[in-house]
Amino acid sequence: MSDMKYTKDHEWIRFEGDVAVIGITDHAQNALGDVVFVDLPEAGREVTAGEAVAVVESVKAASDVYAPIAGRVTEVNSGLVDEPALINSEPTGAGWFFKIAPAGALPDDLMDANAYAAYVESLA
Amino acid sequence: MTESESLRTTPLDALNRELGGRMVPFAGYSMPVQYTAGIMAEHLHCRAQAGLFDVSHMGQAELVGEGAAAALEQLTPADVQGLKPGRQRYGLLLNEAGGIVDDFMFANMGDRLFLVVNASRKQIDLPLIESVLPSGVKLRPLPDRALLALQGPAVATLIPTPMSFMGIMEMEIAGIPVIASRSGYTGEDGLEISVAAEQAEKLARALLAMPGVMPIGLGARDSLRLEAGLCLYGNDLDETTSPVEANLTWSMGKRRRMEWNFRGADVVRDHLDHGVKRLRVGIRPEGRQPARGHTEIRKDGAIIGEVTSGGFGPSIGAPVAMGYVARDAAADGTALDLIVRDKPLPARVAAMPFQPHRYAR
Repeated sequence: MSDMKYTKDHEWIRFEGDVAVIGITDHAQNALGDVVFVDLPEAGREVTAGEAVAVVESVKAASDVYAPIAGRVTEVNSGLVDEPALINSEPTGAGWFFKIAPAGALPDDLMDANAYAAYVESLA
Repeated sequence: MTESESLRTTPLDALNRELGGRMVPFAGYSMPVQYTAGIMAEHLHCRAQAGLFDVSHMGQAELVGEGAAAALEQLTPADVQGLKPGRQRYGLLLNEAGGIVDDFMFANMGDRLFLVVNASRKQIDLPLIESVLPSGVKLRPLPDRALLALQGPAVATLIPTPMSFMGIMEMEIAGIPVIASRSGYTGEDGLEISVAAEQAEKLARALLAMPGVMPIGLGARDSLRLEAGLCLYGNDLDETTSPVEANLTWSMGKRRRMEWNFRGADVVRDHLDHGVKRLRVGIRPEGRQPARGHTEIRKDGAIIGEVTSGGFGPSIGAPVAMGYVARDAAADGTALDLIVRDKPLPARVAAMPFQPHRYAR
């Protein structure tokens, strides 16, 4: 978990070898409420940092999920389609969204766990 | 001044916060959108057992004096004069163009009419009603009363009453005097309870102490009423929509449909006699993706309407919506496309309520 990074859009990134696994944070799933639907990108899609690539719908609202880094989507978590509640129950585990093979340098505003916790605190 | 400073609070504000309510602005009030259980659990609990809602933001008023019912009938096509003591009805306030100014409940308390109007419309409704009153009929707003709703199949055993659906009576609950009606906004059996503001928290705590009663926020209130096919003013009804277009013709009294002596009667009569261009219908999207309010509706490529309320129905286990479609696309089963994020989402016109009503008729 020590290599987990976070964005101001409340996504987390965990690097597994050459690939970045991406999902939404516990704070984000709590703010959204019960997730009932997720729309995931196609594997193989080239994305830019900050591009809206997925949609998550809770009982009360729809939210975009952004690609935190540029690269190519290598895999999506198709298990979420039938069981979107995983995003609420295991946001940083089985509730991951997609994997990206990064292209180029990482954005310099990614936060570590402490910095993200302070950021969330600042929003309250 | 910040938004939160300008928001009004209900008499249950402290209790709502103590219960972990997530407070949001709604119709000028700080209201709980959900409590700690979350919208899904609160919704399902209300259908299984009982839920307590703080709806004190709604407007309450009394209409007193000889001719009160006839006076109110100037503004609504509902049968007010024919309503028996101890009974409540749903009605619509109309403008000159036959558009819906608000939907509301009125009750015959024997010596007076008791009215409940929407929070977002009370500043409009009450002056409007006032404007048509003859001398001798007085409108008394009741800003010092709270309103609680206790809804769900367990309510009948928790608080036995002699009332059937849409009955109303003055009674005591937990030793506290209230006006209770057997009605609600969930499709379930239950009570709506008007109580003096200073006794509201004591009453709410007594109700929450009853077995199986959970506090429910506005989020689940919205999904419950949508599954029950009930309209939300501002979403599904507005001043440009007639009772016929809204498919609420049933709320018009039979006598009123012969007299045609209410405001906007000419337009409503024309809509009944010659049909309307659009109609409010239920809509079931295919799959799990919800379509929200303002979603464009197409049929064979042409725009034919708009979703006015939509979301996920926890009891249905699928998305549900309502909206207005062209008259020739309003039959149950008609195939539609809902344009969600620029992509067509297949859907069908479907009968409402999505969740069968379980009223104690």
